[in-house]
Amino acid sequence: MEIFGVPSALLGSQLLVGLINGSFYAVLSLGLAIIFGLLNIINFAHGAQYMMGAFIAWLALTKLNINYWVALIAAPVLVGLFGVILERTMLRKLYKLDHLYGLLLTFGLALIIEGIFRDQFGISGESYEVPEALAGGVNLGFMFLPIYRAWVIVASLTVCFGTWYMIEKTRLGAYLRAGTENSQIVQALGINVPLLITFTYGYGVALAAFAGVLAAPIFQVNPLMGSNLIIVVFAVVVIGGMGSILGSIVTGIGLGLIEGLTRVFYPEASAVVVFVIMVIVLLLRPAGLFGKAA
Amino acid sequence: MTVKKLISVACTAALATLSAGAQAQISGGVVKIGVLTDLSGTYSDLAGSGAVLATKMAVEDFIAKEKPNFKIEVVSADHQNKADIASNKAREWFEREGVDTATELVTTSVALAVMKVAKEKERIALMSGPASTPITNEQCNDVTVHYTYDTYALANGTARAVTKQGGRSWFFLTADYAFGQALEKDAAAVVTANGGKVLGSVRHPFPGSDFSSFLLKAQSSGAQVIGLANAGADTTNAIKQAAEFGITPTQSLAGLLMFITDIHSLGLRTTQGMYLTEGFYWDLNDETRAWSKRFFGVQKKMPTMVQAGQYSSVYHYLSAIKAAGTDDTKKVMTQMKKMPINDFFAKNGTIREDGRMVHDMYLMQVKKPSESKYPWDYYNVRQTIPAAEAFQPLSQSRCPLVKK
Amino acid sequence: MSTASQPTALIKTEVLYSGLFILGLIAPFAIYPTFLMKLFCFALFASAFNLLLGFAGLLSFGHAAFLGTAGYVCGLMVRDVGVTPEIGILAGTVCAGLLGWVFGILAIRRTGIYFAMITLALAQMVYFVVLQIKATGGEDGLQGVPRGHLFGLIDLSDNIAMYYLVYAVFSIGFFIIYRTIHSPFGQILKAIRENEPRAISLGYDVNKFKLMAFVISASLAGLAGATKTLIFQLASLSDVHWHTSGEVVLMTLLGGLGTILGPAVGSATIVTLQNELADKVGSWVTVIMGTIFVVCVLAFRRGIVGEIQALIQRAGIR
Repeated sequence: MEIFGVPSALLGSQLLVGLINGSFYAVLSLGLAIIFGLLNIINFAHGAQYMMGAFIAWLALTKLNINYWVALIAAPVLVGLFGVILERTMLRKLYKLDHLYGLLLTFGLALIIEGIFRDQFGISGESYEVPEALAGGVNLGFMFLPIYRAWVIVASLTVCFGTWYMIEKTRLGAYLRAGTENSQIVQALGINVPLLITFTYGYGVALAAFAGVLAAPIFQVNPLMGSNLIIVVFAVVVIGGMGSILGSIVTGIGLGLIEGLTRVFYPEASAVVVFVIMVIVLLLRPAGLFGKAA
Repeated sequence: MTVKKLISVACTAALATLSAGAQAQISGGVVKIGVLTDLSGTYSDLAGSGAVLATKMAVEDFIAKEKPNFKIEVVSADHQNKADIASNKAREWFEREGVDTATELVTTSVALAVMKVAKEKERIALMSGPASTPITNEQCNDVTVHYTYDTYALANGTARAVTKQGGRSWFFLTADYAFGQALEKDAAAVVTANGGKVLGSVRHPFPGSDFSSFLLKAQSSGAQVIGLANAGADTTNAIKQAAEFGITPTQSLAGLLMFITDIHSLGLRTTQGMYLTEGFYWDLNDETRAWSKRFFGVQKKMPTMVQAGQYSSVYHYLSAIKAAGTDDTKKVMTQMKKMPINDFFAKNGTIREDGRMVHDMYLMQVKKPSESKYPWDYYNVRQTIPAAEAFQPLSQSRCPLVKK
Repeated sequence: MSTASQPTALIKTEVLYSGLFILGLIAPFAIYPTFLMKLFCFALFASAFNLLLGFAGLLSFGHAAFLGTAGYVCGLMVRDVGVTPEIGILAGTVCAGLLGWVFGILAIRRTGIYFAMITLALAQMVYFVVLQIKATGGEDGLQGVPRGHLFGLIDLSDNIAMYYLVYAVFSIGFFIIYRTIHSPFGQILKAIRENEPRAISLGYDVNKFKLMAFVISASLAGLAGATKTLIFQLASLSDVHWHTSGEVVLMTLLGGLGTILGPAVGSATIVTLQNELADKVGSWVTVIMGTIFVVCVLAFRRGIVGEIQALIQRAGIR
């Protein structure tokens, strides 16, 4: 069977690959969206923090013999703590200012972090093997699905929807949402908003690192692995609606799929399709697909 | 008669003073070598600080062995892979700082920009890093030496060997820019010429990170060989993901532009059995081992062919200055083309009129992890490709300097 | 700037600008001309960007598109069509202006971060087109553009002649920006930046003014880009890359957002640093740049010129 001259097996496998990439985008854009929602900061260092996650996993395995599963928890915690320090010492001073300054500060931080890692580890990158338990793959008939990729989908979606649940359905989430709407009132109600903000930034950054650890066995662990990704993820957040949690998850997955389809029909354009969509969406729906109109 | 004689005497005297001044025929009394390389970007591992080190080693060795009567200085700069920065720096070096040669020059846009500045200022450009064939074809000029390798040599070596060994049907995974397309074109021509067939190709955005979609396309083409017409992180990611999706070892991969640093970073488990063409390998013989171990002592990495070629090109350049007794661009170029190159890097290498340095290339196969006995023990040398066959023949040259 | 209306301050400003102008005339005899030319290009680019961000409050994250497009157009016209350099520069500027008009129409309907995102997205599309089409040479860049003869007469391969052309271009561009800011049009832009609803209620067609500002800014960025192509005799992908769009934000911010001289000072600082550091610190260039970003945002948000102005004002009050 063929669809538009493309064998359906190939189409099916491309969609599946799109879904895998989409779940990466979802985790990364979720982190960005949370940070933007509460802090009003566009975290340009997200790509660098993603890279840090992957590097910590690699360092842990090769230098300390700490396995993948531990790294999956430890790396996000460490990078999250790093984020907390950044928030406490620098970002805190920018909340009352224009978005521009937060963006520039984090852009500068990204340059510093990537520069240091490049100087330490070189540019070629390091290899991180797929963990023993997830090695190999299954033949789905239309494609060979590596088990690790399936795990990536499961892990990312679990984390995404877990986060969504936490924000939408729990008390902590309610504080967070209220803090986004009007931090002064929430503060007046006796909730420690600055602490909440610090926690949020740390969590958003930890999500980036989590995606980094997930990515380590798939991509070469390389100091610049996040620097080109950030622009795409950024576009995902904007399309979904800045600050919208569900929007960023759904858009992330959706864009992964669309990118997958583009790779079938016009592969050269697969890097630019996301921007085309962004322009169209912003022209038709100014606040993004899931954003609340300002 | 007497007048004529007088003149001729005067001429001889003048000539004598000139040749006596030969020691001082070095502009500014110093030969200044500029290493313009990528110290911070994508190519910083295969060239970068290692190329600067190789240059310094060449200068030290030259001074120790040849005891030249001129001073040598090395300056270096990071061109950040930007042609305008490179062009600006090269101009400044030539115009203001009396730099005699700009060397290394990895990445094509930089190479093309700098070779034009060099021509304008009549200085020499020694290129060890860049890969593109236009440097010695459409864009060629008489002040440029393309030293270590080019896309033709690599694509030619790998594609021919793989096709001859039974890899008859090919599919290309090509980085979507001029250089990737050139690689694909060169390789495809070799494949067809050797009785193979090209089933198709897919262009991926540059730089990419996830190649699984493209690899699946390549897989469904049913080709025996997937040719990787890309470089750097694109190549390593594609190889890694091909293994992940079970594409290798059913279909085999051929890296058309790979360096030992790529193999090192990927590890042998993922790369075993791959064919690639190199201009140099540290573990070829005692000479290469001796030099490479010195290099390793400082850099903590074995040299790539670009870095070894950088040493060789600088050493050759300095030898030519000594032999010619001047650093005058034309004379040095003539001398460089006249003298054969014999060192640990090349045996009987020669620089052709189009600026191409031709020397033996090596077809390598990556070892199995079990075959690797010590660190950086990565290759089995499958074939030495003689200089005459390794590079694009002059008869096919599109360089206007080549007289046909 | 309120002091500028006082006659003494006005004279001081005039003296300052004339002094700077004369300094520019004699500079190539003291400093390496090619370097100065590059510096002036980026100064003009940043000043054009500042017109939009500093005076109209619009953050464009896609200004590299104008710089690069004009550069490619100028390069192609001069190299392949064979026009004289001034026609090439003009063609590049006009194309950048047209592109700016298209960008503007699409982007000005949105504000704040969405405005920035649309410009970024459109610029990414320009990057894609430049990478794809054959005429630009893709990754290799557009190489071997001759500098040619200005008006068919003056040989620009001479660095000093080229320098004075670049200096003239910069001065004209800078003068246009200066006049724009101090014209009624500039005042309206500032009014829009400060309080858009109020400007609307005063009866101004806000979008028309924004679009106008965008087109002027894009054209001048194009002017800088076209000139840059002639200087280096090449146009390359890095000119259209989003890093360049980011760099110009840094230059403007470092020099002083919304000040007239700030962007020029900022770009001079950055270009000088890049040039000097390239030899000395190697791979640490990006780390140092990043640190400048961070320090600038945390400690000197007014930028170099902004801080100096604040100092002078404080001294004046005392």
